[in-house]
Amino acid sequence: MIAGRRARLRRRAVIIAALAAAVVVVFVLGLMVGRTFYPLDEVVRVILGERVPGASFTVGELRLPRSVLGALVGFSFGIAGVSFQTMLRNPLASPDIIGITTGASAAAVVGIVLLSLNETAVSFVALGGALVTAIAIYLLANRRGFAGARLILIGIGVAAMLQSVVSYVLSRAAAWDLQTAMQWLAGSLNGATWERVVPLALAFAVLVPLLLAQGRALGVLRLGDDTAASLGVRVSLSRVTLIVSAVALLAFATAASGPVAFVAFMAGPIAARLIGPGASLLVPAGLVGSLLVLSADLLGQFAFDNRYPVGVVTGAIGAPYLVFLLARTNRSGGSL
Amino acid sequence: MTTAHQLSAESVTLAYGDRAVIEGLSIDIAPARITAIVGANGCGKSTLLRALARLITPQDGRVVLDGEALSSRPTKEIARTLGLLPQSPVAPEGIAVTDLVGRGRHPHQGLLARWSARDYAAVAQALAATGIADLADRSVDELSGGQRQRVWIAMALAQETDILLLDEPTTFLDVAHQIEVLDLLTDLNRDRGTTIVMVLHDLNLAARYADELVAVVGGRVHALGAPSDIVTAELVRDVFGLESTIIADPLTGKPLVLPSGRHHISMRG
Repeated sequence: MIAGRRARLRRRAVIIAALAAAVVVVFVLGLMVGRTFYPLDEVVRVILGERVPGASFTVGELRLPRSVLGALVGFSFGIAGVSFQTMLRNPLASPDIIGITTGASAAAVVGIVLLSLNETAVSFVALGGALVTAIAIYLLANRRGFAGARLILIGIGVAAMLQSVVSYVLSRAAAWDLQTAMQWLAGSLNGATWERVVPLALAFAVLVPLLLAQGRALGVLRLGDDTAASLGVRVSLSRVTLIVSAVALLAFATAASGPVAFVAFMAGPIAARLIGPGASLLVPAGLVGSLLVLSADLLGQFAFDNRYPVGVVTGAIGAPYLVFLLARTNRSGGSL
Repeated sequence: MTTAHQLSAESVTLAYGDRAVIEGLSIDIAPARITAIVGANGCGKSTLLRALARLITPQDGRVVLDGEALSSRPTKEIARTLGLLPQSPVAPEGIAVTDLVGRGRHPHQGLLARWSARDYAAVAQALAATGIADLADRSVDELSGGQRQRVWIAMALAQETDILLLDEPTTFLDVAHQIEVLDLLTDLNRDRGTTIVMVLHDLNLAARYADELVAVVGGRVHALGAPSDIVTAELVRDVFGLESTIIADPLTGKPLVLPSGRHHISMRG
């Protein structure tokens, strides 16, 4: 028994370390590759704060914010998504399926097209959109006691409604607004600057520890609300903390990069596959999220003749994965 | 496990929304004994158990553990004295038996998930007590219904509480596994003095295994006492609306209920 558990723990530690290493590799690769190639030693010197002619600007001011933003956005989407999926015991319960991301999109599109807001203002409006949508869904689902399945169904309905708002506003948009709006909706790391990284980094520093502190409670919540309560978890408090932290983190990430399609949805199940059942998926899903965003951004920039925003690449991977997961869930009746 | 803890309900009213299921019910749970709560479907027996486990807050009255209302004590502290096996717990897909049983250690652990030597010992002991030590590294999904129920009981044992509440622990089990589970709970009561309170469907099993029987009708305690003292044809009629003949169980001497039914009325009648 002890040997078996130790072996599982060791395996998980190895996989988490491997994931972290992969994130670092893709991160550094993203700093080296581009119109001009900079070798590893120059990149490292820039990161350490040395002045390297040429590299200091291209790597330090253009590529580094982009990669940092990609890593933070990915981790945020991953950890927020898996928090929802684990808490509601359903892989479909990811924030991008149940309307929270769509809430951000609808607000952003209204901000861009109808209110002609600038980039910073759009970020704040998107943040508000995600939070308001999450609160509305939670309140609707929480009548006569909380039920995960109800929250998912209501969320899907709300997502459809907000999607139609997005379509309506876009149909009335002038050409130049339309382009800005579409770019935002696709989810992109283009034009990443330190100014855009900072708010997300601050939110990240506060919210990720909050989520991690709920990690053990989350593991017990998976056994059902009654079992969790009898094991001494304050179910409502834990759930609200998890929802608020995850939604806020997701909202900040969406505000920074737009809704990078399916990352919040995919990261958890992929992490679950890698790490095996029963363990906390928060950190692994975050790492998978970072890895997905950083590699999709590299692919989008350099793998094709055209440059594609990161959200297009993750969308192309994510949509088939959604179908696969639906088919599999249906067959096994299983959860995360 | 030396001190006997006293769990009581003091004139509790329990309601879902506006619908009161139980009104003004009081009961003292006998420490270090096995208590079975029986009653017809919808009589409020599970609701009562959930209130004793602090899963429902009484509209009125209070549930008291060792002289203090449950609602005024930290829930994690209560979880070190009072355990519950709910009717339909959920096992995360693919989780290993040891890891699931280890979740029972939650109220004893701090913020970090690392297991102490004590945690390992408690889990090992729970696995041994429930006879599933050889399944320790198997996935819970692969187990039979009876084995799975033993895993859940093991989780409740790993919690190391002096009081254990169980909501229909024998549902979905065949008769052999039902007996096995009830024997296991009896061992626990005899060996460790654990107070056991369970909701049971089967009146005959309840009469055989319980020291104290609580018959609930319409949200009230209709009768309470040793099975031999309270199980009569009249009680069965009042509780279940069923005609029956009571004989002494040839094995145990405890009362055994033989339901009549419309097609099988007494030959002597």
